[in-house]
Amino acid sequence: MGLLDAGITKHNVVVTSVDNVLNWARLSSLWPMGFGLACCAIEMMATNASNYDLERFGIFPRSSPRQSDLMIVAGTVTMKMAERVVRLYEQMPEPRYVLSMGSCSNCGGPYWEHGYHVLKGVDRVIPVDVYVPGCPPRPESLIGGLMKVQELIRMEQIGLSRADALKKLAEKSIDPQSVIEQQRQVARA
Amino acid sequence: MAETEEGKELSPSLQQSASAYAVIREQFADAVSDFDANETMPFFEVIETEKWPDIALFMRDHPRLKFNYMACLSGVDYPAEGKLGIVCNLESLGAFGHRIAVKVKCPRDGGSIPTAAYVWHTANWHEREAYDMFGMQFAGHPDPRRILCPEDWEGFPLRKDYKVQESYHGIKVPY
Repeated sequence: MGLLDAGITKHNVVVTSVDNVLNWARLSSLWPMGFGLACCAIEMMATNASNYDLERFGIFPRSSPRQSDLMIVAGTVTMKMAERVVRLYEQMPEPRYVLSMGSCSNCGGPYWEHGYHVLKGVDRVIPVDVYVPGCPPRPESLIGGLMKVQELIRMEQIGLSRADALKKLAEKSIDPQSVIEQQRQVARA
Repeated sequence: MAETEEGKELSPSLQQSASAYAVIREQFADAVSDFDANETMPFFEVIETEKWPDIALFMRDHPRLKFNYMACLSGVDYPAEGKLGIVCNLESLGAFGHRIAVKVKCPRDGGSIPTAAYVWHTANWHEREAYDMFGMQFAGHPDPRRILCPEDWEGFPLRKDYKVQESYHGIKVPY
């Protein structure tokens, strides 16, 4: 449950842990770096625009890696671009997160065999936290991925490594099939 | 009226190309091959490669040709012949409207084709791309660098026998 869901009225006092406050602040203003590499960037721009309105999650693109928390690798990473992506990643202040959007940046996508110029997965050069499948993924998928990043931040604690937070996230995740079945039954009724 | 070998009548646009070719043939004789009345794109080949800049300039400036527009320049690999080549699609925009393609070939290993970048500026980047992908040199090119691949890339990717390098700057390249 988010902090605001608790309902703060009449100058009540909220008691919580520092971790909770820090995590809440971080996940409520994820600033991605505004750069796109291919057609996935078009979907990313659509997600930023008014129909899907990422600003309601506190997400809006920044023009500088120094101001960004999140890198959305949206599109085909060429060998030539790979080194630039690494440099941009290194320029981002910690804590930083990486979301790999679309098949190309996940694993090379349609270029996996004959694309001599394409990096077969951006995780060969930088650590990736969340992968969003699709070619390109619809805005809903991207939002799903971004919410996964938010969940990851919620798992974090002071002194807990990123690897442990990811492990915690994996343990907490539920099987989507049961949710799908549930939604189907609601739709049938 | 111009006719193909089978005696079939040429379409109006092919006739235009054929008569443009006749002007070139008259000037350069055996330096150019016979005319190929290909329906999609009529073409001829430059046999004496070193004459290509003269032919190009002649085609651009002759009052009956005026090929003022280079629509495309592509590279081709002919491993069976041991050759590399270029195909230049030329048109005469706003003057005659006729079009023709010119093929120029050179040896596959260390071959060189004279540049047409001083005749049509379009050729400048197109020749750089052909060099980048196939590896033929363009003699006299004003800026003979790769255009798409990184400058320290190994090999020429569109050659038929191309094998991708194992790693680039410490990053694994194959899947």
